[in-house]
Amino acid sequence: MTTKTLGRIYIALIMVFLYAPIAVLIVLSFNASRSRVVWGGFTLEWYSALVSNSSIMNALWTTFGLAFISALISSVIGLLGSIGIYSMRRRGYRLMLFATNIPMINADIVTGIALLLWFVRFLPLGFTSVLLAHVTFNLPYVILCILPKLRDMDIYQYEAALDLGAGEAYAFVRILMPQILPGVLSGFLMAVTMSMDDFVITYFTKGAGVNTLSTLIYGEIRKGIKPEMYALSTVLFFIVLLLLMLVNLPYDRIDLHKCLKRLKIKFFCAK
Amino acid sequence: MNRNRTRLLGVPYIIWVIGFTVIPIFFIITKAVTDGEGAFTLSNLTAIFDQLHRKALVMSVSLALVSTIICIILSYPVALILRSSRFKRKSIILFILILPMWMNFILRILAMQMIISNNGIINHILETMGLAPLKLINTPGAIILGMVYDYLPYMMLPVLNSILSIPEDVIEAAKDLGSDSLHVLTRIILPLSLSGVGSGITMVFIPSMTEFVIANILGGGKIQLLGNIIEQEFTVSMNWNLGSGLSVTLMAFVLITSFIFGRHQEDTAAGFAI
Repeated sequence: MTTKTLGRIYIALIMVFLYAPIAVLIVLSFNASRSRVVWGGFTLEWYSALVSNSSIMNALWTTFGLAFISALISSVIGLLGSIGIYSMRRRGYRLMLFATNIPMINADIVTGIALLLWFVRFLPLGFTSVLLAHVTFNLPYVILCILPKLRDMDIYQYEAALDLGAGEAYAFVRILMPQILPGVLSGFLMAVTMSMDDFVITYFTKGAGVNTLSTLIYGEIRKGIKPEMYALSTVLFFIVLLLLMLVNLPYDRIDLHKCLKRLKIKFFCAK
Repeated sequence: MNRNRTRLLGVPYIIWVIGFTVIPIFFIITKAVTDGEGAFTLSNLTAIFDQLHRKALVMSVSLALVSTIICIILSYPVALILRSSRFKRKSIILFILILPMWMNFILRILAMQMIISNNGIINHILETMGLAPLKLINTPGAIILGMVYDYLPYMMLPVLNSILSIPEDVIEAAKDLGSDSLHVLTRIILPLSLSGVGSGITMVFIPSMTEFVIANILGGGKIQLLGNIIEQEFTVSMNWNLGSGLSVTLMAFVLITSFIFGRHQEDTAAGFAI
């Protein structure tokens, strides 16, 4: 009994540590009092205030748009890039892997500053510069999600398909694509998360006009946080929870990868 | 596959790497070794030895070191408990443990500020109990707390991955050959989990050493880390040359750290996707 109970208590304590601040945000979002420590009754006031707060809503859409577009661009370039790297000879392969690791290993503050110094030479800082920066730090995650799938894939099936008369494009879509797809998908999701969570690189490359949620909140901390922010964090938390459950659960239960495979084949090979 | 042709698919990525990774690094190094007029100088690089910067560097490294060690100490029991438990849905516990990672990091640090600030929740509870309030915020301890809170999942995940993937047979064999639990722990589990700890270290130590946001919010600007000084050179003092010089120094530290600990970057990235 003892070790087992102790173990459970320990895990529970870690969870309290990890979730207490999030719980605080959620509770405060329903607090009628503006105080951060006194409960003044239940209200949904902050949620309606949130929807009509244009600066928060703008930042929210910037964040989502940025995450989606940067993830999409980095998935496409990353997929092509991984195939390119995969077919390189040893030296090129190693060099590219090293280059891929640079933005991942480097401190965000250094990456942000380096991009800033480069951007100010040819680009007004704004949405475009932030987008370029986000694609830059997303790419390594995409590549490192796809490359292992390429290494594990069965190239002989592809060659067999060619021998049996399939065209190269057809064989690629039917044989190779389904094997790589899970990697592309997790790379895309990683990129979305990384982009939504980034503060430092956005902070240095954004210029004056644009705000993502992170930079908006950071700017407000000194002025004092408005209760709408608590409402926003609650909404975000449950969106993330829902998304992660949708992404994670079907992986075990129904074979998501098989479903997608079928979809893709239908889409590409309808002749 | 026709290798020569498929290799061409990599061209956009290669252009991107050159355009947005290599050239920016070239620019930051150029900025670092020139002064305001563009003349060559090493003073921005040697500036790290100034008393102010040296103090900030020592503070950054020591806070990051303490945070990393605390993260390792907190992660091991979680991994060992999950390994030995017969609980079927380990993946659910794992999911719950890393879920906070997906919550916006500024929001989480902000919440931490509300808990430990002078008129925050902890002090409010102490007050209602009739106890004296504690001075928690704006101390090095507050920054460490923030770093541990923020980066713990990044240590827990690789450590868990490496410990959960040790085959049960290996441990059974050791026990059959007469090892007790302590021996199994020190001779099998610890050595086999070191790769996980290594990638955990690169993911906790490097960000916390280069941090300026947590220090600004939880340190109240009273404790200057190297990251804070660099940020101020770019946003307040506007000495971009000095800022770049300090950044390049920081980059050197980061590279040394990751060279020592980070030989498992790829496994980690794969582990992250779960």
